[in-house]
Amino acid sequence: MDITGRKLFVKALQEEGVDTIFGYPGGTVTDLFDELYRQDGIEVVLPRHEQGLIHEAEGYAKSTGKTGVCLVTSGPGATNIITGLADAHYDNVPLVCFTGQVPLALIGNDAFQEVDIVGMTQSITKYGVTVRKREDLGRIIKMAFHIAGTGRPGPVIVDIPKDIQTTAGPAEYPASVQIRGYKPNDTVHIGQLKKAYKMLRAAKRPLILAGGGVNVARANEKLLAFAEKTQIPVVTTVMGKGAVPTSHPLYVGNSGMHGKYAANMAVSQCDVLFSIGTRFNDRITGDLNEFAPKAKIIHIDVDTASISRNVVVDVPVVSDANLALEKLLEWAETKDTEKWQAQIAAWDRENPLEMRRDHGMTPQMIFEHINRTFSDAIYVTDVGQHQMWATQYLELDAWHQLITSGGLGTMGFGLPAAIGAKIGNPAREVVCFSGDGGLQMNIQEMATAVACGAPVIICVFNNYYLGMVRQMQQLFYGKRYAATCLRRRKSCPKNCKGPNEACRPYTPDFVALAESYGAHGIRVEREDGIQAALDEARTYRDAPTIIEFMISTDEIVLPMVKSGNPMSEMILK
Amino acid sequence: MKNRWIALYVENEVGVLAKVSGLFSGKSYNLQSLTVGTTEDETVSRMTICVMSDDVTFEQIKKQLNRMVEVIKVIDLTDVPIHMKEILFAKVLGISAAEKQEVFQIAQVFAVEVSDVGNDSVLLECKLTARKNNELVALLKSRFRKIEVVRGGAVAIESVSISDR
Repeated sequence: MDITGRKLFVKALQEEGVDTIFGYPGGTVTDLFDELYRQDGIEVVLPRHEQGLIHEAEGYAKSTGKTGVCLVTSGPGATNIITGLADAHYDNVPLVCFTGQVPLALIGNDAFQEVDIVGMTQSITKYGVTVRKREDLGRIIKMAFHIAGTGRPGPVIVDIPKDIQTTAGPAEYPASVQIRGYKPNDTVHIGQLKKAYKMLRAAKRPLILAGGGVNVARANEKLLAFAEKTQIPVVTTVMGKGAVPTSHPLYVGNSGMHGKYAANMAVSQCDVLFSIGTRFNDRITGDLNEFAPKAKIIHIDVDTASISRNVVVDVPVVSDANLALEKLLEWAETKDTEKWQAQIAAWDRENPLEMRRDHGMTPQMIFEHINRTFSDAIYVTDVGQHQMWATQYLELDAWHQLITSGGLGTMGFGLPAAIGAKIGNPAREVVCFSGDGGLQMNIQEMATAVACGAPVIICVFNNYYLGMVRQMQQLFYGKRYAATCLRRRKSCPKNCKGPNEACRPYTPDFVALAESYGAHGIRVEREDGIQAALDEARTYRDAPTIIEFMISTDEIVLPMVKSGNPMSEMILK
Repeated sequence: MKNRWIALYVENEVGVLAKVSGLFSGKSYNLQSLTVGTTEDETVSRMTICVMSDDVTFEQIKKQLNRMVEVIKVIDLTDVPIHMKEILFAKVLGISAAEKQEVFQIAQVFAVEVSDVGNDSVLLECKLTARKNNELVALLKSRFRKIEVVRGGAVAIESVSISDR
């Protein structure tokens, strides 16, 4: 018997095992919402803005490993998720995003709330399609979930015109789908891998560079086992942080623009760089001609197009991280890397990661308390200085997880992603780190957190500035703070060089703002208030808590490599 | 940097051409020509693409194309024996009777068809390689005051036996 498109839509979600959908209603999706209203298996989360919605789905997907599902209306509903699509595309987050569309006959007429969302998002989605025939609906939804979740994961858009939703058609939802142009790699070339291992075995100063792909593939344990067996030190990218426990003796730290001195020195001095699950983004390599200049490079990645794209690679291996490591573990033998490890340790002693302690409350102090307080929390960051401090100072063992917007660097990501992570992991504590700038980009999601009963702890690092840009202005632009002071008023002098007595109060008052949402707000001005605030926030199980940490304005992220410079040229002080 | 040729099998669906061409503009690849039409299987279209690039970029272009869900197969035609032709119409306008004779001679030498003649104009229909067409256009431009050219981009297919393009 035939059923309507809207019925098939819900049936498809059920068969895909979807338990949560992030949805914002509107004219062209009311039928789908009505159908969701009539069932019980799938919970609908209503955000307060579609950008918040898609970051929530990302947080949910990244923290659970499941595919995040979004449902938004046509026109502005669809365009509001574009930033999140780009974010998910860069950071390989599996999402299936359903957008409503005007009825087929109206497409192209500039109808009310009509946009060509599939056309607009071609370069930032893994796949996108408008359903043009009711009988294609089931196959297309199946394809969407298959493509989003396999290979190198990513976002998929399924655009469903309103009349497709109400037209009757086949009731069947296919169990599998064959796509002739899409064959995700599920093998590994043993010859290449052997070559890689041979090269690694012969190395004197071998180094593992682990990227986000290790976390996406959830290959952490295998990577750790491989590093332990071979005794090869590990550095990570920002997205790869947590690939091995940060407390492990073989773990050096993050490399890259704001990486640890020892990690960047190790990359510059190693003789074989075993990289896995990274695309050698410019934030990792700096000046390409000077990147790992002494090293032969092995590169394992599931995406052929990521290999030999930015850096020239000596041994490319196309493979899922899990699969490659499984094979490598069969061959792995213990290497004597003691001298090399001692050298890295010496670099670390020479320039350890630390901030001055005579300077009021520093981000490092806050993270030290965080590290002592939480045992299995999911950490989520926004984008900016606090994000870099988090990737420098957070300790991540097997039970912790770090969720951050690495590729696109989307301010406003943190709060909604934390809410999504909490919805996916109700039993775990979720701590969000944000700046005073980024938090305000999706502050309306406070209402979503309260409505969903998602008691996330939001640590705001308030320095009155858009600090990451301010830092560049401080170092490279003669302290001309163009449009980065968030206390600036019309009455301020044009050439202000920094905070002074005439500065006006900060808006908003984050504590009062939290309370107005029915959430909790705590302001911490000094180091001795940090622990009490964290302890208090953990007691609130009903609603989120904003802890506003008043940090010093001129705290900067160090070390720092100027964009385009070699990684060995670090600004340390 | 040199010209390279790709044959691309893609799904014959709405938006695929836009997606392929969008890849070239979005990633700053230097697209020289692109033609597309259906194949013997009407669910499949075949594109013939010419790009100007260095070796590294060309490898990346092929990988990026391969990654697209709508792309079924990428064939590198750069160094394989192929047959390639491009359709080109050239109108030579405002010419004297003597000049007309010259156009006829040129047509004969280039082995192209004179498909229409007017009082003071001639229409040539050329099925040559893209390079040969370039040469013809250059010659016509240098000899006559006013010409009008429309060309379709090259289509290419692998040779059945070994032969030159």
